[in-house]
Amino acid sequence: MDLNQFINDPNLLPWLIPVGPLLAFFIITLVTNKSKLVPATSDEYGGHHPDYDGMNVPVVGDVSRVISIIVGMSGAIAAWLISLRVVMDATALHDFGHEVLTSSVQWLSLGTSSFNMGVLVDPLTVIMLIMVPIAVLMIFIYSIGYMAHDPRQARFFSLISLFAGAMLILVVADNLLLLFVGWEIMGLCSYMLIGFWYEKKSAYNAAIKAFTTTRVADVIMLLGIAYLFMSTGTLNFRDLMYNAAPPLEGETVAVVEGEVAVEGEAVVEGEASAAEGEAVVEGEAAAAEGEHAAEGEEAHADTWAIRLAETPAIIFGGISAAGLIGIFLIIGTVGKSAQFPLHVWLPDAMEGPTPVSAMIHAAAMVSAGIYAIIRMYPLFEAGGHPHHGEFTAPLLFMAVVGAFTALFAATIAVAQNDVKKVLAYSTISQLGFMMAALGIGGFIPAAFHLITHAFFKALLFMASGAVIHGMEHGEHHVHAHAHGHGGGGADAAFAAHDEGGHAHGHDTHHAHAEEHAHADEHAHAFDPQDMMNMGGLRKTMPVTFITFLIGGLSLAGLPLITAGFWSKDEILAEAWLGLTEGFGPHALVFVMLALAAFLTAFYTARQLSLTFLGEARTEEAKHANLGRGVVSFTMTLPLVILAFFAVTAGFVGVHPDFPILGSIFSGSGNPFFNLVSKTLVEAPPKIDFNIIPVLFSFAIALGGLWLGFRVYARKPLTAGQPDPLIGVLGTYHNTLKNKYFFDELYQTIFVRPSQWVSRSVSYLFIDKGLIDGFLHTLTRVGIWTGDLIKVLNSWLIDGVGDGVPELVARFGNWIRSVQTGRVQQYMLLIVVVALVIGIAFALSTGVLQASP
Amino acid sequence: MTIIGIDVLTFLIVASALGGVALLVLPSAPAYRTLVRFTAVGIAAVLAGISIAVFFSYTGSQAATGVFGLEVNVPWFPVLGVDWHLGIDGISAAMILLTGILTPLAILISFEIEERVNMHMALILLFAAGSYGVFSAMDLMIFFLFYELTLVPMYFLINQWGSPSGREYASKKFFIYSLGGSLGMLLAIQLIGWSVSQVPAEIVESLRATTPALANYVAGSPSFNISVISALWPALNEAGGVFLGINVETVKGLAFLGFFVAFAIKVPVWPFHTWLPDAHGEAPTAGSMLLAGVMLKLGAYGFLRLVIPFFPDVWVNDFSVLGVFTTNWATVLAFLAMLGVVLGAFSAFGQTDIKRLVAYSSVNHMGFVAMGIAVAALAYGQMVVNGGTEYTQDAIIAMNGAVLQMFNHGLSSAGMFLLAGGIYHKTHTRDMTQYGGFWVKAPIYGGIFIFTSMASLGLPGLNGFVSEFLVVRGSWAVFTTLTLISMIGLLFTGGYILKGIRAVLHGPFNMHWKDYKLEIEPREVIAIAPLMALMLITGVAPNWILSVINASVSLMLGVPVQV
Repeated sequence: MDLNQFINDPNLLPWLIPVGPLLAFFIITLVTNKSKLVPATSDEYGGHHPDYDGMNVPVVGDVSRVISIIVGMSGAIAAWLISLRVVMDATALHDFGHEVLTSSVQWLSLGTSSFNMGVLVDPLTVIMLIMVPIAVLMIFIYSIGYMAHDPRQARFFSLISLFAGAMLILVVADNLLLLFVGWEIMGLCSYMLIGFWYEKKSAYNAAIKAFTTTRVADVIMLLGIAYLFMSTGTLNFRDLMYNAAPPLEGETVAVVEGEVAVEGEAVVEGEASAAEGEAVVEGEAAAAEGEHAAEGEEAHADTWAIRLAETPAIIFGGISAAGLIGIFLIIGTVGKSAQFPLHVWLPDAMEGPTPVSAMIHAAAMVSAGIYAIIRMYPLFEAGGHPHHGEFTAPLLFMAVVGAFTALFAATIAVAQNDVKKVLAYSTISQLGFMMAALGIGGFIPAAFHLITHAFFKALLFMASGAVIHGMEHGEHHVHAHAHGHGGGGADAAFAAHDEGGHAHGHDTHHAHAEEHAHADEHAHAFDPQDMMNMGGLRKTMPVTFITFLIGGLSLAGLPLITAGFWSKDEILAEAWLGLTEGFGPHALVFVMLALAAFLTAFYTARQLSLTFLGEARTEEAKHANLGRGVVSFTMTLPLVILAFFAVTAGFVGVHPDFPILGSIFSGSGNPFFNLVSKTLVEAPPKIDFNIIPVLFSFAIALGGLWLGFRVYARKPLTAGQPDPLIGVLGTYHNTLKNKYFFDELYQTIFVRPSQWVSRSVSYLFIDKGLIDGFLHTLTRVGIWTGDLIKVLNSWLIDGVGDGVPELVARFGNWIRSVQTGRVQQYMLLIVVVALVIGIAFALSTGVLQASP
Repeated sequence: MTIIGIDVLTFLIVASALGGVALLVLPSAPAYRTLVRFTAVGIAAVLAGISIAVFFSYTGSQAATGVFGLEVNVPWFPVLGVDWHLGIDGISAAMILLTGILTPLAILISFEIEERVNMHMALILLFAAGSYGVFSAMDLMIFFLFYELTLVPMYFLINQWGSPSGREYASKKFFIYSLGGSLGMLLAIQLIGWSVSQVPAEIVESLRATTPALANYVAGSPSFNISVISALWPALNEAGGVFLGINVETVKGLAFLGFFVAFAIKVPVWPFHTWLPDAHGEAPTAGSMLLAGVMLKLGAYGFLRLVIPFFPDVWVNDFSVLGVFTTNWATVLAFLAMLGVVLGAFSAFGQTDIKRLVAYSSVNHMGFVAMGIAVAALAYGQMVVNGGTEYTQDAIIAMNGAVLQMFNHGLSSAGMFLLAGGIYHKTHTRDMTQYGGFWVKAPIYGGIFIFTSMASLGLPGLNGFVSEFLVVRGSWAVFTTLTLISMIGLLFTGGYILKGIRAVLHGPFNMHWKDYKLEIEPREVIAIAPLMALMLITGVAPNWILSVINASVSLMLGVPVQV
């Protein structure tokens, strides 16, 4: 097991992908994260910190800060390079998809069977291995600048490394359990990072909310995994959905050269496939029995997914095992990818530092949810043919939840003023697109949209972080000027101009300014994330503006030149095809998604207008900029790189029959389709090019953008002017602004009752009241009985005479001398007695003499 | 394997007890405290080394097949049929390892004790002696002796060194609860030991061929040999319907109840758990660590080692509840386990006292152990009664999970109590509402606290997840609805863990503690580091211990692992 073997064997190499970031996590946590203590008033701790009056607080040392960054970056770069190598190795395989890179080790012994953990690189993994490391690397670079003045930057890098490592584990996992491991570790990381500024109430509450909401889904998902494992004895993706299941007992296996089963062996050396090979050979002479006997070969070629679709579920009759497992697993994604009704955690997750938002919203967390259901898609589809209008329960579930969420979240996004909240709801909405696409059989479009969305959403988040950073910079500028005028010293103002000089941590400072406004007379309740405070930023932050514009237009689906257009168009094309054939779910998805896409374009235009166009609505916005130097560079570079992908990522999936562009980009067929479709045993049907949905896409995107710019850009808002939408929507706007009051609803029907049940019912009433009450009554009865006997005794003894009491008294006097009241002596007595007994007993058995 | 001519298992027990006595002999003046402390930790460390050696010696020799190893069998009271009979299989090996690891760590934590140090350390070693005895006993009387022996030191640890406010109540409750519970078991043990002699010779002969444990058993003699009883006592049914003038079914039912209640209190199975929050809450840190880490396992171990093999028919035979519905004892236990998981989590979530929160987390976690036991009991019962193998694979997985959960809970709960005790020792309050924002003053403590909490929560990648997943997987096939409901408990596990982290570490710093030293001490780091390492290793590669457990579990459930 030397390293060379890992590097030289393409099957083993995927193991190393997550190792870099994971090692970085351990190294930073255990070795390089060294803090020094400084007074809480020090500039190094973000200036006057009202929470820690007169205390010394830990700040990461300068050297350890730099080393931690280097370690973290090395991990990410290593993961990226190894991923590239693995992608090249994999795509070089003859007939990739049929053959895959995989290897596994025994992880658990369970009875006579075992459970194997391993890695798998198939076409779906490959596209994730292209997207995830790039996005992660960009986020890491960005964090160097964004967190440059945070007193806990080393901890940040360790946690975000773990985050990246967990995502990569999830991506290369060859089984559902390992996927779940990465999934949950990411949950922990998001919890830790959303609550990174743990002094803030809003931050730790958001962290708890994120963890708890996703855990609701995760425990259900765990049941799904357990159920799947119970039914099949394996959780390996290939064994479940690609390779043929082992023959049932007594079933005919007419296959001698198993077409499907044996092929796995070409690459797989694992025990699982060996066992399978055996099963095929053994099956040769099996007796002709069982329900599948007549079907012969076909029956054997069934994957586990298909066989489960024919098995009734263990509970909730009327649904197949595959259906119930599917719904359990999809609920896991509903939580992780923040679909209705478990969407509430994602907008609050904005409390974390912005790179974390990018990590959660683009590269990792929520993408993982969609990735998991794309990964398990054949299981959900088993027993149905969405392209022929036959839907299974999981498919319908996805279609309905996805379509509803897409529209629902888009409506909320329209009325948000926080620059990151708009993006948060747009993420929920876009994930709904993917979910809905999967529900109507759009395996390829969903995967495509997952990739393009990751690029432009990572870009948008980081650009919005730059905007916030710039606004805070402006705030400090204004703040310093106020000082300057008041105190008569101009130095402070100059200091604020110099990027390196202002040591204020952002976000934290802002929140404290809000919470402790009284503590600092200059701090007014300024919110650097409120778009109403912005405007005109295109002038002071041109690079951010251009890149944000590219990301936003890609999100809106600006036709032809943005990635978002191509992927969204594919989803609509898929839905349209079903609609024309009269399938209900397709029609629902098409209508809902078309509306959602329109709103997407609208709120994107609104966001762009409010943030960058027009004139600055506050002093802070006028002075907003990223400054110069490392901070500015490391924050801008990722934006530019991601902007490139936000445009070009779409060209890998252009329909070959698309006028002009199809022949340019897809001369030899749709490259994305050709690659990813090989993940499945049977490639999904190719959809003929149809101009109608494309025209719809054009109209929706352009119409939405036009309306948005017309409302917000033609006559830009001035300071203090209310949102024109309020006039149009009336009280509905308030409902939207308050996110349909879901937080309040959940607080009332879930959070408070569960707190009440925990404290008052389970603990105080049942444990303290009923059970202990019963026991105490029992004790009291015992004491009464004892008292009664005592009374009887004294009466009896009195009756007998004084002789016996006399005797007792004497005995008592004697025993008093032993009873010193010192526990040591009692214990000593007990031990001595025990020892004597022990020795006597040992001698009697002869243990001490010899062992037998 | 012998040490200075004494069998190693006997040595473990005797050396622990003698070590305790040696500490009492040492001078108790304050000047000698350091000497006493280091002597104690030295003795415990040697014992830990031996326990580890025992584990790996067993693993090396017997693990593949899961049979008993390192056996010693010397007659003691031949008239009664009581032997000094020790031996371990994979399940006991894991438990002995756990005891060995936790004892020195508990002693290390007890360095903070300033009064009557000798006695405190001696009691811990005495407790270890009792635990080693239980986990290696292959004779029912030996088992019972040591089982009761563990009670005494723990009582004094709570009663003498507990927190002054509630130690009287807590220690009395603990003692009476436990002792009261085991009275029925004592009677049942006497009955069983004698009554195997009533099994007709022809039945003994018919079983002899298939049961190696009966090789040297003389038909018609009383025996407390656990393996012999496991084979013969269930066969008593066939001897005719009446026993001592009473229906055999009734006798068995009553004996079963004696065992069931005794072990249910120890585990604790809901609703026999209310001694636990008091005892854990008031005990000194080391007491809580051993109580949660080792003592609760005695109960679960008793179920696995005695109650499942002795009463296969009682577990699975249906009985009617008030004529309303019929059920069997395995289902009843599963139902109580579900309640323990759910209500334990709720009660933990409702706490403001940090040690009680951790204590209730034990109710929650041990609920999964009880669930696994219930599945195993059902499958074993069906196997013995009618040869059914419907749930065998599920039961193997669930029971593997239960045993692994015992080990894992030993690690994580001991760690949690160590951390809770550490913060209590520094602030002298257990009220979490008075904490807040400690992370800024105790960054290392914070990291360790979160790590250990996550292990307790069952985060994948750490130990607790593996065992919980296995139990859920195993019980889903058998007790589907109950498993589904117990997921609520798993959800609220997250709730109370996050509540604990939130209350201790997050939030604005409570200025009251401004001048307190809150950071974890190096001694405490040393004590928890092995636990953390094991949590991680077991989470990442659980097979180092699970393969050992699996062999014995599979053997018990009739599917010996092929070598």
